[in-house]
Amino acid sequence: MPALLDAEGLEASYGSTTVLHGIAFAVETGGITTILGANGAGKTTTLRAVCGMVKTAGAVRFDGQSIQGKATEDIVRLGIAHVPEGRGTFMALTVEENLRLGAYTRRDAAGLAAEFERVYGYFPVLSERRRQVAGTLSGGEQQMLAVARALMSGPRLLLLDEPSLGLAPLVTREIFRIVRTINREAGVSVLLVEQNASIALDLADHAYLIETGRVVLSGPAGDLRKDENIRRAYLGY
Amino acid sequence: MDTFLQQVVSGLATGGIYASLALALVMIYQATDVVNFAQGEMAMFSTYLAWSMLNHGVSYWVAFFATLVIAFLGGLLIHRIVIRPVQNAPVLTIVIVCIGLLTIFNSIAGWIYSYIIQPFPSPFAKAPIKLGRIVFGPHDLGAIGVTLIMLFLIWVFFRFTTLGLAMRAAAQNPASSRLCGIRVSWMLALGWGLAALVGAVAGMMVAPAIFLEPNMMGGILIYAFASATLGGFTSPVGAVIGGFLVGVFENLAGTYISFIGTSLKLTVALALIIVVLLVRPSGLLGRAVVHRV
Repeated sequence: MPALLDAEGLEASYGSTTVLHGIAFAVETGGITTILGANGAGKTTTLRAVCGMVKTAGAVRFDGQSIQGKATEDIVRLGIAHVPEGRGTFMALTVEENLRLGAYTRRDAAGLAAEFERVYGYFPVLSERRRQVAGTLSGGEQQMLAVARALMSGPRLLLLDEPSLGLAPLVTREIFRIVRTINREAGVSVLLVEQNASIALDLADHAYLIETGRVVLSGPAGDLRKDENIRRAYLGY
Repeated sequence: MDTFLQQVVSGLATGGIYASLALALVMIYQATDVVNFAQGEMAMFSTYLAWSMLNHGVSYWVAFFATLVIAFLGGLLIHRIVIRPVQNAPVLTIVIVCIGLLTIFNSIAGWIYSYIIQPFPSPFAKAPIKLGRIVFGPHDLGAIGVTLIMLFLIWVFFRFTTLGLAMRAAAQNPASSRLCGIRVSWMLALGWGLAALVGAVAGMMVAPAIFLEPNMMGGILIYAFASATLGGFTSPVGAVIGGFLVGVFENLAGTYISFIGTSLKLTVALALIIVVLLVRPSGLLGRAVVHRV
């Protein structure tokens, strides 16, 4: 089966600074892939490169179609939802308005109502707070809102940028549990970028390790977990 | 007491005009972080378009709505052609582009229509309406009515429609809006279009009171700046309230403070801008903008 998303020789740069030096990775249809790495390795840039939020070169294909060089708005419309670094919450809008924006590209009113039901089912706390201004939510709730907003578009691929950042371990575990449920129930493929290697390797079926913009190791998540260097440098035991 | 009420009423009428133009300024500022110095001249130019349609025998309301459509499209085009290429430029560049637009519209209006002042008709009845001993100018009441209806429609649009929501989102968080599939640049262009439309209404409502000529909006724009500053440049509701307050305040100051009269009224607006900036820079309803440095 061909991969849902695959990149080859992907480069990305900010101005004259090149951050990704030709990386290759793939996300299988229905799979969960994680990209691990330290601060500044290029994890966030990788996701931004997929979504056309940064200048890129090389090849990125989604469902067999090249998306390299396309505008972010058009890439998103193909069925890729990106939960960005910093969560991208519309702070001054209500929870419900944030979710409506997530569904902006949908035109079917009936499907929209069902989507609200489904998303509130995954995140009951958002349903309770639907009229509340998003800026007043806690960090964990905002992360849930970010994932929920991404789901509202009915994506085939979910890009998650460090969902664990700044959250209590319990909240992180809850969010990862929901991501797994979404992956299994709705068949949404996931590309996860994480510093917390332990929890990411538990969730993912495939993993890549990047250091300063290059892939240094890749394979099934279970194999990377057993790798001596990963264990020492990223899992810390 | 009668004089007082009378002055309040006519203050509200001009205040409505300031409110419309202030709203147009705030809409563009909110959406694109640009203070559009050409807002007044764009409104003036739209009013001239209505005037030439009326001269060609088009009925008032047809000309009115046709002008709104043209103003909207004009605003949209100005953003696409002139503002978008410089949107990431330093603020001074954008200010100069706006002042350039101001001069261009002013000169083109003078070139096409000459600088001779022209009467502009009011769509409302001529006979004054009396309530007790207070006289309401029918045009004043009509202008207040039109302004309030327009403000209500704008509010409904931004509050209840998906497009309005997308425009608010695009102004707040462009990066995140793109990730929702919103075409941010078009949302900003729509904002310019809507602001030009609101300005056109202001122009057509103020022209019967002050006559039509290329420089007619110069003073009004300063009042609109005073209104937006007073209400808060970050708050559309504040700008509208500010507009009515400035209208009333200006009238009362002119009536009761003998040395102000009519000749120093504009100075009142300028003084108000300075006082607000000194005492409460974010305005009555605005929020202070904090920048990380």
